[in-house]
Amino acid sequence: MTEFLNDWGITLMVFLPLVGVLAMMITPAEQEESHKAIALLTTVATAIVGVLLFLEFDFDDTSTLQFVVDRSWIDIVNARYSVGLDGISLPLIALTLLVVPLVIIYSWDHIPSPGNTKAFLILILVLHTGMLGSFVAQDLVLFFVFFEVVLLPMYFMIGVWGGELRLYAAIKFFLYTLFGSALMLVSFLALYWLTGSQTFNMVELANEVAKGEISSQTQWLIFGGMFMGFGIKVPMFPFHTWLPDAHTQAPTQGSVILAAVLLKLGTYGFVRIAIPILPEAAIDWAPIIGLLAVIGIIYGALGCLAQTDMKRLIAFSSVAHMGYVMLGIATMTPFGINAAIFGMVAHGLITGMLFFIAGSVKERYHTLEIKRLGGLLVQAPHLGWILGFCTMASLGLPGLAGFWGEFPAILAAYQPADGISTTLFRVYMVIAAIGTVLAAAYLLWLLQRTAFGTPSEEFADDPHIHDTSKFEWMAWTPLLILIVLFGFVPGLIFDITDSAVVQSLQALGATP
Amino acid sequence: MLAAEAAPTFEVSSWFFENVWLIPALPAASFLATLFVGKRLGKHVHFLGIAAVSAAFVLALATAGTWISKIEGHSESSGEHAAEFSNDNCHAGYQGGDDAHAEDDAHADDETHSDEESSAPASLAFAEAAEGEEEHHAKPLPVVCSYTWFESGGPADSGGADITWGTLVDGQSVMMLVVVTFISLLVHVFSTDYVGGDRRYTHYFAFLSLFTASMLFFVISASTIQMIVGWELVGVCSFALIGHWWEEKPNSDAALKAFLTNRVGDIGLLVGMIILFFAAGNTFDVLTINHAAVVGDIGHNTLLIASLCLLAAVMSKSGQFILHTWLPDAMAGPTPVSALIHAATMVVAGIYMVARLYPVFWDGLSISGSSINALAIVGGITCVFGGALAFVQRDLKKVLAYSTVSQLGYMAMALGVGAWTAALFHLFTHAIFKACLFLGAGSVSHACHHSFDMKADMGGLRKHMPKTFATFMIASGALAGIPPLAGFWSKDEILVGTGGFPGTDGNGTYTIVFIMGLMTAAMTAAYMTRAIWLTFFGTYRGHAHPHESGPRITIPLQILAGLAVVVGFLNVPKGLPIIGESFGLKFEEWFEPAGGSTFPVIGHAKPSVALAIIATSLALASGFGVWQYYKRLHAIDPKATEYTDSFVAKNAVVRAGHTLLVEKYYLDHLYTGIIAGATKGPLARAAYWFNQNVLDGIIHVVGKSAVGGGRFIYRFIDQGAIDGAVNASGQTASGSGQVLRRIQSGKVRQYATLMFGAATVLAAVFIVAI
Repeated sequence: MTEFLNDWGITLMVFLPLVGVLAMMITPAEQEESHKAIALLTTVATAIVGVLLFLEFDFDDTSTLQFVVDRSWIDIVNARYSVGLDGISLPLIALTLLVVPLVIIYSWDHIPSPGNTKAFLILILVLHTGMLGSFVAQDLVLFFVFFEVVLLPMYFMIGVWGGELRLYAAIKFFLYTLFGSALMLVSFLALYWLTGSQTFNMVELANEVAKGEISSQTQWLIFGGMFMGFGIKVPMFPFHTWLPDAHTQAPTQGSVILAAVLLKLGTYGFVRIAIPILPEAAIDWAPIIGLLAVIGIIYGALGCLAQTDMKRLIAFSSVAHMGYVMLGIATMTPFGINAAIFGMVAHGLITGMLFFIAGSVKERYHTLEIKRLGGLLVQAPHLGWILGFCTMASLGLPGLAGFWGEFPAILAAYQPADGISTTLFRVYMVIAAIGTVLAAAYLLWLLQRTAFGTPSEEFADDPHIHDTSKFEWMAWTPLLILIVLFGFVPGLIFDITDSAVVQSLQALGATP
Repeated sequence: MLAAEAAPTFEVSSWFFENVWLIPALPAASFLATLFVGKRLGKHVHFLGIAAVSAAFVLALATAGTWISKIEGHSESSGEHAAEFSNDNCHAGYQGGDDAHAEDDAHADDETHSDEESSAPASLAFAEAAEGEEEHHAKPLPVVCSYTWFESGGPADSGGADITWGTLVDGQSVMMLVVVTFISLLVHVFSTDYVGGDRRYTHYFAFLSLFTASMLFFVISASTIQMIVGWELVGVCSFALIGHWWEEKPNSDAALKAFLTNRVGDIGLLVGMIILFFAAGNTFDVLTINHAAVVGDIGHNTLLIASLCLLAAVMSKSGQFILHTWLPDAMAGPTPVSALIHAATMVVAGIYMVARLYPVFWDGLSISGSSINALAIVGGITCVFGGALAFVQRDLKKVLAYSTVSQLGYMAMALGVGAWTAALFHLFTHAIFKACLFLGAGSVSHACHHSFDMKADMGGLRKHMPKTFATFMIASGALAGIPPLAGFWSKDEILVGTGGFPGTDGNGTYTIVFIMGLMTAAMTAAYMTRAIWLTFFGTYRGHAHPHESGPRITIPLQILAGLAVVVGFLNVPKGLPIIGESFGLKFEEWFEPAGGSTFPVIGHAKPSVALAIIATSLALASGFGVWQYYKRLHAIDPKATEYTDSFVAKNAVVRAGHTLLVEKYYLDHLYTGIIAGATKGPLARAAYWFNQNVLDGIIHVVGKSAVGGGRFIYRFIDQGAIDGAVNASGQTASGSGQVLRRIQSGKVRQYATLMFGAATVLAAVFIVAI
């Protein structure tokens, strides 16, 4: 068993969803229940493989890549099928493995218009493979392929199952991200040629760059390319404008996956690829990244305050939250990057939940216009309390998961890595701390206007408005439990990430 | 060290100290139980909370009792006892060396040294009082049980940070444990009657339990990050309970205001704690931070900045001027909640935090030998300005709320002038008599159709509710500082502690805040007399049939009033007539830490009979003045509550002052109207406009020009190809049959051209640059 997992575990986990896709392709579209069953079964099976891997995983040595498979793949460019798992990727893989089955469960009675369960679920499964693959890839070309595989299903999900402006949003999402990826690819190719190492392996490239054959100016440019690719995906201010549109127009499932996992591909790229390979350039870029991060925090919050639509507000809040993640990364310290990874998971759980709730509110009220809502606690008390809980989690309440992504990131900014201006980052720290007030403001204001008070006349006697349904509870309970659990036992994630993060920052002479 | 062979007879005591985590765990368990099975228990749900809080109260008493018996037993036998802990994570006092040495590169050299240092304090369970103290009381060292929450940057011994949580038992925390559990228990009992039949009875008790658990968790914090967690959790409980009746918008507004104002202060809390974290060598451990501050490992300027940051947090949480505005609004919550959260416990969290990190403030604000500092002046201003607002309130609870603001100012002032024990003692007595007053106000409103309007719905209630009246009088007397009630002793100690009165020998000579304190003493008596007259004397003006409340309301009142009479004697000066030399300053002896290692060496002011007489006379005189005012008014018109042609109405200056008070110094206009209004109005709209028109606009414009440029070039090169593409997408667009989509698909082309064009150009530039 161990041997099998060592050789095939990761591969099986990544490609199992595609097996489900094959099964669904030969199943007639009319059999919707079978499609749901196959999709759920596939994702659960994928999760089981993941859990088996985690059970075999050596948690005392999270800085070492485990279950490594390295086979030749595209010989002509020396791209290899190289995958592995360590403490940085594990939490994100776990998040993906958890969220996708929950999305399928939620879909049981929430297939968005215009229907077509078969195609919808197939897209989710393809996405699943793309996301898992991105988190395990250790070869830049392989990473790039998975990174792009994610793009198309999401494009179709938004474009076909989205809201009124779905085409605009889908195309904006697609081209914006593609633009970033193009620059990212340029950077990857530059690394390949300039190091002269004829490899795309991330670790080998890091070693090659460390030899110092590439001038620091060039390194700065290469980092810039990656910065565009990953920064757009995060998204960082000012490249975020695709996000509110994509989120608002996407179907609930798409929004949840987008918020919970896809955005993390960007931040993960920084942590996994850009910083370890180009540590010196990262130090040079840190003030810029930090600046854009804190601008994002304040700007995203102000954007939220201006929103009149619940879903768009939540979408904008991602800009602010990912700002904290990026601030943590910009410090280039173990504290900051640990916080960033924690923040990614926490944001995935919490904002994912908020999008679920927005979807359920839309289903009941047929609108997300904040002005028309109100009194959710009266009409659907459980749903209202879950919303209250999630807003509290989202504003970074200690004792819930959001806090451990936010506070340590602010803390890390007090003392960034050597070579980064301390004064500058202390200013960032204070700005980020001010952002927590604005976060509380827009979230609680949202809660007040939607959940408190009494229902408007329009909806007061609407029989469609019911409390949380069975499938909603099934999809949400695990997320809600984890939000509390990670809040009180943050070590569950920090213990996994820490030594891997320290390892990845070795080139900088890491200090806490 | 001195007598290590002395019998270690404290197995029992160490059990209570090591397991103090049970005290918050009990109400936490009752919160979960209430949440999950509460609905099934229906109207009996309160038993869960009452049982848990009772048990916690008993444990808290036992812990405090053990702590006190350790001190008393020690001072009688004057022997040294080694504390032995069954739990490896527990130790007594500051464990020196560990963190400092972890940073040293030269590990080998320090090894033996650090072993010595870290083992020495662990076996030394008592510390001699520092030199210069008159009495030589050896005090037990704080007992800390510390657990790793998580590590960052590798294990602590290789330069990483070990983030811990744990329990810290010392005089301060055992005192607070008793106060919180006791008041919470009484409030639970009171609530069973007061909110009986409420639409969300279960929810109410769930949050009461959660609040109690969070507050206790905060109180026993051994690390500052744990304090932050507790601090925020009590805040969220406060939010939920202020907004308990959230159907009405003013209530949810008040809840939001409370939470957001506190968040503003929390900026200071976060930043301050972060500064201390790095200054003390990557640790949140309270004793380590305190030790570093005491021995001077942290520079004065760092401590100054940290303490000013933390002061912002105190200002919001503990209702100090100018961030106090949420506290009176918080009265929108149920009255028992006001008694527990917004008078006795949560609002003193800021005071508690300052007391906990006192070395930081002591050095940072240069408390000793000074005559003014930020904390003392903020406290002094809060005293006076808060007290003044209590004069113009119609709402009985708001009088009490502003009175709480004013009294919290006293506590902050006491800490600011170096009177640590006086501050904590006032916290202690205030918790009792203010809880009594709030619960009394609840009892009154229970009888008056749930109104708190003194002018419209009250008057002459003393005949209808004698028990409530009697307890309210006693508690008011205690608040106004009438001897020998509790408030007299604690307030007197604060005034003495300022060193502003000749011959008192304080830590400094804080004359200005002394005068402010004295003014407040007079004002307190005056506004309480006004409130009492309007509520209990004169003629009944309401339309209900007032009646005395039931036993579940009156018994807690009587218990609290009884205590308000006696608890002041806990810290009477030594050598008073009747009481004598042996009993006195017990509070100080029991609860004040030994100076030196983790607490500064602070001086104690000498009590002054003259000052006590002056302060008491001022209070009595101002109370009497107000009494005469209303008595004469009553003679003119039995139902009147103010003179129609009084000097307030006639004199323009006085009228302006009155308006200023009624408008609460216009602070609410500034915060809600200007700051919050501007942020969520113009500022947010401007940011969003920028987003939609500038950022997106750039993309749209560049897209259009790219398409234009592209057309121009391609028209001469490959017209057919571009036409084909345009036609194809045009057909798709018309196929969809919507004008909107046609516009969108137009954008597709623009974007496609833009993106790929830009990518190509940039890639080319890149290659050239390389």
